[in-house]
Amino acid sequence: MMLAAFDVWILSFSALTVLITMGMGYWAAQKSRTASDFFVAGRGVSVGWNASAISGEYLSSASFMGVAGMVMSSGYDALWYPVCYACGYLFLLLFIAGPLRRFGAYTIPDFAEGRYDSPLFRKIAVIFVLFIGFFYTMPQMKGAGTTLSYIFKDISWFGEKGLPYPVGVVLVGGVITFNVAVGGMKGITLVQAFQYWLKMFAISVPVFVLMSVYGSYGNQLAVQGAVSPAPAVSAASGASMASANPASDSLRKPLPAKAPPDATWLNPFGPLTSKAAKAAKIEGPATRPYALLYTYSLIIAIVCGTAGLPHILVRFYTNPDGVAAKKTTMWVMILIGVFYVFPPVFGVMGRNLLPALYDGTGVNGTDKIVLELPKVLDAAGGPGGIRWGSILSGITCAGAFAAFMSTFSGLLVSMTGALAHDVYGRMLRPQSTAAERMQMFKWCAALTGGVATLLGCFVEPLEINFMVGQAFAIAAASYFPLLFISVWWRGMTLQGAATGMLLGGVFALMAVALTNVSTLSLDKGPMGRLFAPFAPLNEFWAHHPLLRILCEQPAIWTVPMSITLMILVSKLTHASVPSDVRLKMLVLHAPEKLGLKQDYIREHEGVGH
Amino acid sequence: MLRDMATPESDPQEHTHSESFLRSLMRRQLKLSITCALSFLIALLGLPLLNYFMPDAMSGRVGGFTLSWLILGILFFPLVWGIAWVFIRRSIALEELEVDEVNARKR
Repeated sequence: MMLAAFDVWILSFSALTVLITMGMGYWAAQKSRTASDFFVAGRGVSVGWNASAISGEYLSSASFMGVAGMVMSSGYDALWYPVCYACGYLFLLLFIAGPLRRFGAYTIPDFAEGRYDSPLFRKIAVIFVLFIGFFYTMPQMKGAGTTLSYIFKDISWFGEKGLPYPVGVVLVGGVITFNVAVGGMKGITLVQAFQYWLKMFAISVPVFVLMSVYGSYGNQLAVQGAVSPAPAVSAASGASMASANPASDSLRKPLPAKAPPDATWLNPFGPLTSKAAKAAKIEGPATRPYALLYTYSLIIAIVCGTAGLPHILVRFYTNPDGVAAKKTTMWVMILIGVFYVFPPVFGVMGRNLLPALYDGTGVNGTDKIVLELPKVLDAAGGPGGIRWGSILSGITCAGAFAAFMSTFSGLLVSMTGALAHDVYGRMLRPQSTAAERMQMFKWCAALTGGVATLLGCFVEPLEINFMVGQAFAIAAASYFPLLFISVWWRGMTLQGAATGMLLGGVFALMAVALTNVSTLSLDKGPMGRLFAPFAPLNEFWAHHPLLRILCEQPAIWTVPMSITLMILVSKLTHASVPSDVRLKMLVLHAPEKLGLKQDYIREHEGVGH
Repeated sequence: MLRDMATPESDPQEHTHSESFLRSLMRRQLKLSITCALSFLIALLGLPLLNYFMPDAMSGRVGGFTLSWLILGILFFPLVWGIAWVFIRRSIALEELEVDEVNARKR
């Protein structure tokens, strides 16, 4: 029988998620008719809906699957990712959210053009929407490929066992692209709000069930370091160790040789941050300065990058006013903060209960721990002979679907919006009608969806969370300085803003791309052969660990570089500060109740706004 | 822009377009934002330093967690919520104050 090849629970939960998503998208599409509905959901989304939708869009495969996988593979250092993903919003709230909303524009390119009165700057800003967007879609596609390979792992495909990774990528990419093309922004606001709550349910419920069977978060962590022959334990802790041993043996399975040992896994400056130094044959405490540098660069990338993600920023325009934008951010921080407590628990439990994943690579590696971990309950047996493990695994698979579907569709909308609204509507054919633009939205969605799917096929050997971190690093060096300084410094000129954003972003992009091609060249599969010409880079990294860190995590030098360039070039070209900069600043900062926006619009009526 | 300097400050309509109004507006808001950002950055950038210079204390156990894991994995989130909540309350109050000040001039 065909069905015997699948786990019924997992398949049905996943299929249900896809169907509900598509159904809601289609239903909302019936209701979105105007161009404003397509691009910013009519600007009238309530705080609760909008906060859920932003959270739903933000919690991607990286958060749902990648963080757990990375905590399992690298331990403590990986915790910086979820914390900074959540905390980055604070920066957004403190410096950018309110002013940006008051300024009122459809997209970031709109802001760039409006603030500097320059259509050229719009083009540069659009390029970055696409750069960051494509970088961010790759890990989502990896999540899709991994999940589908897991669901269909027992199927036979042209004589080979298991669904090939690219098939899953193409399948999911196609479905979501279709969904966006018919629904636009209004469609996905509703879907994403629903998907947030699905993800929250799917990540938390299995954790509580697993904890009730195998012991709490703290107990699972307590096992780490309690069994391994840790050097230099005092007599007192030695005694408590002896009593902990029998309990911990039942709590954890033996680690394979590939897994990092407890001491480095549990403590800061472990395998993730000290990898470059280790590759350069630096041992012991000498690796710690390198690891500290890596940690700081990672923190800067994610905290600043969150404030510069184009697909998140576009959502602030769906708030009715600046106060609502602030309240929305507060709720987003609570919603995602609660969520981010859970994925690391999967990582910790995975290390104890499913260490076999350390030996896998690609779709069989630690990135699938969230999907596979609940299955261990099946072996334990449950009441009534029901396979609770499969049911829970089905729920986490549904959550994974929600994760990559929501983020991918959000990215697709912002990239498609950039193409249809900015490139087509403003640059190529400014005289096009609203109906023509909506038609173009659909074609652009198909185009960007296709390219993103193609790119996704290449990245199987890379870790999901790692790739997302890189997209953040690019955003941190381009959009974040642009927004931050444009909002708070009147002296910024077009030339300064463009130079800083372009060079900062391009350097960050090149640095992370270099790291990726050298990592891909190490892969044992087809990607290794494709990227083989880059293999000598790894030899170079081994001799220059510092350069390797600065390329893998470039934020620590690209963000200051971008900001410095902006200020320097602006000072040099201060004659070209926009003449009405004071009015622009008023619109950005004055409370909306004062109604200064009207003055601004009146003043700009003559110049085609 | 010249008209701002030409007209006396007492004209309420012109006041909102004056240099001094914008300056005080931005300065007050930026001061609030920076105060909140600093309290957050001290915690965020201080934790790696604590890990670096006091590894033994940070790897001490609290209910199974190491101290450092407990702070980063759980306690960090409520801290950030607290800062965000204070900021939002103060910044909304600040906006209302600014609106009141402008309206008071009109009367």
